[in-house]
Amino acid sequence: MSIETSTFDVQTIRKDFPILEKARPHGKSLVYLDNAASNQKPQAVIDAITHYYTHQNSNVHRGIHHLSQVATLHYDAVREKVRDFFNAPSAQEIVFTSGNTDAINLVAQSYGGAFLSEGDEVVITEMEHHSNIVPWQMICEKTGATLRIAPINDDGEVIAEEYETLLNEKTKFVSIVYVSNALGTVNPVKEMTRLAHDAGAAVLLDAAQAAPHMRIDVQDLDCDFLTISPHKMCGPTGIGALYGKAELLDKMPPFKGGGDMILSVTFDETIYNEVPYKFEAGTPNIAGVIGLGAAIDYMMGIGLDQIEAHEAELLAYGTKILQQVDGLRMIGTANHKAGVLGFVLEAAHPHDIGQILDGEGVAIRAGHHCAQPVMKHFGIPATARASLSLYNTKEDLDALVVALGNVNEMFG
Amino acid sequence: MADQRALYEQVILDHNKSPRNYGEMECPDHKAEGYNALCGDQFTIFLKMGDGDIIEDISFEGAGCAISKSSASVMTTMLKGKTQDEAKALFTGFTEMLTSDVDTPFDIEVVGKAQVFSGVREYPVRVKCATLAWHTLMSALEDADGTVSTE
Repeated sequence: MSIETSTFDVQTIRKDFPILEKARPHGKSLVYLDNAASNQKPQAVIDAITHYYTHQNSNVHRGIHHLSQVATLHYDAVREKVRDFFNAPSAQEIVFTSGNTDAINLVAQSYGGAFLSEGDEVVITEMEHHSNIVPWQMICEKTGATLRIAPINDDGEVIAEEYETLLNEKTKFVSIVYVSNALGTVNPVKEMTRLAHDAGAAVLLDAAQAAPHMRIDVQDLDCDFLTISPHKMCGPTGIGALYGKAELLDKMPPFKGGGDMILSVTFDETIYNEVPYKFEAGTPNIAGVIGLGAAIDYMMGIGLDQIEAHEAELLAYGTKILQQVDGLRMIGTANHKAGVLGFVLEAAHPHDIGQILDGEGVAIRAGHHCAQPVMKHFGIPATARASLSLYNTKEDLDALVVALGNVNEMFG
Repeated sequence: MADQRALYEQVILDHNKSPRNYGEMECPDHKAEGYNALCGDQFTIFLKMGDGDIIEDISFEGAGCAISKSSASVMTTMLKGKTQDEAKALFTGFTEMLTSDVDTPFDIEVVGKAQVFSGVREYPVRVKCATLAWHTLMSALEDADGTVSTE
């Protein structure tokens, strides 16, 4: 595949994000490196949401009046955009949720609740975000299934042999993170999915941290479910999307009950709507879906391969220049990484690093990143994390290194 | 960086680098563990109470950010020889100072050298860092066996 990096001009892209110029934290220029938590929104996404509320607002799938039909048309069109974004076979396989966490809970409760029983096993990895741990703990407790954990090595990679050893005829579900939010590790999810399928298990890929940085192809990966977090990929908060293979979604019971997810209701019997509507009870986050559609248009307009190439260059540059900072140790040194530079400093605790950097206008995240088992593995309470987005520059990373020098000067 | 300097007073940086009364105490009469679940800060406070009311000796150990660690250190230097009531009055004065508005004056007589943490008021998310050791102290005085949390 040829990558036309010449068409990617980061300075032009930065102009699309008004906050990068308008926000002045402590009177300083904003250096935004907390993208793994939530990234910034281009004007096109902000405008799409404003346009929807200004010209098209109404409830969907209900009214026969003009506005309801316009809103429904635009809402349903986004399902096709998400299908295209995932390269899914059918738009029916796209379910809108309230977020990535909600999507994982949907699968755990619905699929897990229906098809897991005592003696079955669910496999996750040691590097999961809490949102891909707790829902499985909950459903395992309810069904009597056992949760098994695939361990990681000190570079932050799943130990392949250990993962393979865990898979057996009792394994009914495997839920793994595509890209680790704490370490940046890109897991070999296609191979991991194949191995899980060989054992007879269904597979969910948590792509919250993958979708902002690379092309996703659910047919190539052959995963059964995949979830995304639109607010980490230029979209609004409060919206998520789940891909699920049609034959699995069809046989899964609804997750929540209410309006829109039914065909008919009597007090004797309720007939559920077809997929994906069966899983979308109640008035959905229509503006959120519209914003997601605009975010996908924006990212695909730039090109996922171009974004990936730009960020790979930044990641390599950042990894190199961070080595110049005294007492800095990278946490997460996998061979294949995306988007995340996690580290600790000898002289200062991550929260103090975050505080001093904030004073310089440099926004990073400090803490356990909702991945406490990862912190435990490395024997640390927290890390500082700089995370990348398509609009970041080498100058942003230079500013990070200068600010870290100030931290060392103060605490050293 | 001027605004951040207001938070990290020299005394705070010094106690962070060289914490006083640091280490596990042999045979303490009272001890308690404090844990901040959100950021992972964790400290244990050890106490020796002489005739039951006077704090004869105090030490702490654990890990946390500069604010929580230096607050624990400064606290231990203020409490040796104090009665339980005096310690509780200090706790009250300290937490009142930190939860008051930035412009609200506080009684330097009451908070003593813990006044160096007054800058924390401007950073509400860090207040729990500064108060963790103090809440743990209260738990140790009450000898409540368990873990306290400032979350």
